[in-house]
Amino acid sequence: MVKKTSRVRKEPTPRRPPESHAGMKVLVANRGEIACRILKTLREMGIPSVAIHADVESEAPHVMLADEAVPIGEPNNYLDAGLIVRACRARGVTAVHPGYGYLSQNAGFARACGEAGITFIGPSPETMEVLGDKRAARRAAEECGVPVVPGELECDTLEAVRAAAAGVGLPVLIKAAGGGGGKGMRLVRRREEIAEAFAAARREAVSSFADGRLVVEKFVSPARHVEVQVLGDGRNAVALGERECSLQRRYQKVIEEGPSTGVTDTTRRALLAAAVRLARHARYTSAGTVEFLIGPDGAHHFLEVNTRLQVEHPVTEALLGLDIVRAQVEIARGGALPQPPPPRGHAIEARLYAEDPARGFLPTGGRVLSLDWPHHPGVRIDSGIRQESEVLPFFDPLLAKLIAWGEDREQARRRLIEALREMTLLGVVTNQAFLLQVLTSDLFVEGRTFTTTLESTPWREPEVPEEAREAARRALASRTRIDGTGHADPYSPWDPAEGRGAPA
Amino acid sequence: MDSLRSRINPGSEEFKENARHHRRLGEDLRARLEEIRRGGTDEATATARKRGKLLARERIGKLLDPDTPFMELSPLAAWGQHNGKAPSAGVVTGVGRISGRECMLVVNDPTVKGGAYFPETIKKHLRAQEIALENRLPCVYLVDSGGVYLPLQAEIFPDRDHFGRIFYNQARMSSRRIPQIAVVLGMCTAGGAYVPAMSDENIIVRGAGTIYLGGPPLVKAATGEEVSAEELGGGEMHSRVSGVTDHLADDEEHALRLCRNAVACLNIVKRVDLEVEAPEEPLYPAEEIYGVIPADPRRPYDVHEVLARLVDGSRFHEFKANYGPTLVCGFARWWGYPVGIVANNGVLFSESALKGAHFVELCAQRGTPLVFLQNITGFMVGKRYEEQGITKDGAKMVQAVATAAVPRLTVIIGASHGAGNYAMCGRGYSPRFLFTWPNARIAVMGAEQAASVLVQIKREQLERSGKTLSDKDAAAIADPVLKKYEIEGDPYYATARLWDDGIIDPPDTRRQVALALSASLNAPVEESRAPVYRM
Repeated sequence: MVKKTSRVRKEPTPRRPPESHAGMKVLVANRGEIACRILKTLREMGIPSVAIHADVESEAPHVMLADEAVPIGEPNNYLDAGLIVRACRARGVTAVHPGYGYLSQNAGFARACGEAGITFIGPSPETMEVLGDKRAARRAAEECGVPVVPGELECDTLEAVRAAAAGVGLPVLIKAAGGGGGKGMRLVRRREEIAEAFAAARREAVSSFADGRLVVEKFVSPARHVEVQVLGDGRNAVALGERECSLQRRYQKVIEEGPSTGVTDTTRRALLAAAVRLARHARYTSAGTVEFLIGPDGAHHFLEVNTRLQVEHPVTEALLGLDIVRAQVEIARGGALPQPPPPRGHAIEARLYAEDPARGFLPTGGRVLSLDWPHHPGVRIDSGIRQESEVLPFFDPLLAKLIAWGEDREQARRRLIEALREMTLLGVVTNQAFLLQVLTSDLFVEGRTFTTTLESTPWREPEVPEEAREAARRALASRTRIDGTGHADPYSPWDPAEGRGAPA
Repeated sequence: MDSLRSRINPGSEEFKENARHHRRLGEDLRARLEEIRRGGTDEATATARKRGKLLARERIGKLLDPDTPFMELSPLAAWGQHNGKAPSAGVVTGVGRISGRECMLVVNDPTVKGGAYFPETIKKHLRAQEIALENRLPCVYLVDSGGVYLPLQAEIFPDRDHFGRIFYNQARMSSRRIPQIAVVLGMCTAGGAYVPAMSDENIIVRGAGTIYLGGPPLVKAATGEEVSAEELGGGEMHSRVSGVTDHLADDEEHALRLCRNAVACLNIVKRVDLEVEAPEEPLYPAEEIYGVIPADPRRPYDVHEVLARLVDGSRFHEFKANYGPTLVCGFARWWGYPVGIVANNGVLFSESALKGAHFVELCAQRGTPLVFLQNITGFMVGKRYEEQGITKDGAKMVQAVATAAVPRLTVIIGASHGAGNYAMCGRGYSPRFLFTWPNARIAVMGAEQAASVLVQIKREQLERSGKTLSDKDAAAIADPVLKKYEIEGDPYYATARLWDDGIIDPPDTRRQVALALSASLNAPVEESRAPVYRM
């Protein structure tokens, strides 16, 4: 039946009160795509923003998005807590969003902010200290009945490691207690490897985290990496669903999706409940991620908590239609926890890195000569570059993220593939073709994604069509002009003219 | 600057008749160009294809920056010679942009007698080098040639401007910092081996390029040694052992890419020392030139009508418009570049020559490039004019033209006869580039004048011995002369012999001259020094 248009005058929808962020001013202590992404939300909320930037990237996209910008000198000064706190003071900043990486999980920085009267948009330094330490985090998990990977916490001597390995059974992982990201981590498959692995792990742990404490865990394989996005306000916590991030290379995530194809509804409920329990227990504030390993038997084990906004948070945003950064800001100024809507459809994120798959994924660099992002229904691009950007070797190689949403996994997958095919990025070698290779592979189609999948997937050099070579030549030729290699012949008849076609 | 007003009615019968005539000449030109662009025999082309080789003009297409023009020079060299078996004289030359720099390209066509050098091939190669030298254009040689065409050795080897001059020029240009780059895509035998060897930087294709002084047959004959071409002078050997080559390419495309990279590393800056403005199209379409020029070459017309269809905005600042009006001089912009234009509007008188000399000096002093539009039967003759000193006035114009150090470009748009050819910067006056329209006639004088002069000389000889010349005998003298002049005055006869840098279709003149002008600006404009003028 066709509904008749109501003649009764509708009550006007109650106008949302103008948002009150009066007096708020946020400094984004980061760069690249995540700084851009955070600044966009701040702009949308009408909150004055401040960017920081190394001298070499004074015209970077994130600088352009902010209301104010503070130069910080050397590229590694993004890690200089004192410098950033001084910048906040000088600019009358009331809150800092740390993004991910850099100082985002640095309790000392959070504490310094607090002492300077600046709100740190993230968990409290105490929470960070507990959850950032592998031993403390495991204890916390055990206290709230969250299963952990079998292992031993106190393994600071070779004898302790040997005993632990014997106890849980080989293969095992030796991990730095005070760190993450694969640093200070060694896989041991045979007894005779223990001594060497112990020494190497200890050396790396000391050099990376100034903390030589080690733990030993059972090596779960093949495993899926599934994580739960949580939001907390220090009293209460909510779970925003899970993401599967099994597809990694050298502990670096490449493709993430939600919901996970590898968990049953029962496991999902258990994971979400465990994550909420842990967040409440840790009096968690702001956004965080509780990571789990799902073993071949389907059992889940607590891995660690990332006390920050994750790179892959847009997957959850796409599924829930929620802005996590906005929620972080609201929580930071004392607002209520959002009531998460149920997730809908499927979302997949691909990370575009400045890496050369043909050269063992070594970081690349150079100037972006030509950049054309796809415009595709259901596709979101979080990017930190634009045409003419210089991709510099001393920064994170993540250039952008492409996130596709679909009614189901297959639609999301096809959309992402199309988006990756549509996009043009010339001048910097990226993993674009590798992402396509993964997304079109049978392994991915069938959802057989494990943490070891990508490492064992060989890279196939794609056939480059002649048109692509032609486009590259064009970009190269136009660079010659843009750079103005000195010739003062501004209207030269020799200049390229569109559509003239090949010479001769 | 004020614009010229055209006074021609494009709807008139005369205009349409003219247009039909000249459009047909343009079509003939395009048909001939199309013919020679097919290269050598179909058989040779098929062989090249089978070996995975690109054709000469395809190689150029891959080498140049996309969407940029290629100004091919003398494509109709050797036209009508060697039984039509040497299209373009077996070598493609021209100016094009590689990695942003204008370069001179000399590209052998191996489908034409294996890229062998005919006399016209050498003339064309040397002319390309001369243009490169005068305009400071880096030279890129795409080499694929078996060397000189042995049956014609006497016209190819011994003289100053023969084969050896190519390498002399390479050495001299290199010493003047005009880069020399060679890409070896096929054979480089004997003397030809010196093209890559004398280049500043060279590239060779593995399995396709060979360089040696004597090929395997010669080696076998001389020493009894049996060796394959690849072993004797292939890319692997020269890149790893002898050091004759600098870069080893996997295939032709790779070689051309390496060549683009090499040009990108030349560290050359083009500095245009002219006050340039944004180009502006003429008010009247270039196509109308077809209808402006009379179909009958003897009929006079106003050259301002041609100018109005060539220069920016049809704007023309005419110099001494009312003095010596048979020579039109004035300033204009051509694709934004300031130029001085000298164009014929009838026979040259003393006044026209003096005005021309004055104007050319003016441009030389200001550093303004000169464009000559040549349509000249000659200087005025007769007692009155000789008494007036037309010879010394003509000499002044010739002297001014010869010594003006600014870029000079010539287009022969009609007749080119006698001393008028000299005063209007003919081939002997080394214009940077010289192009010809298909309706041009180039000879010491017009066919009818030449015939009547010869008849008159004979008549006087006979009269001295008391005899007379019958009309029949007069015709017997005149007819072969008319015929000879008809053949030799033809622009295709001229372009076949490299008397110009190519025949161009009149509507293409604006672009072609602009390209040539821009290319010539790669060399700094030098200061002109005045000769001793006879006052």
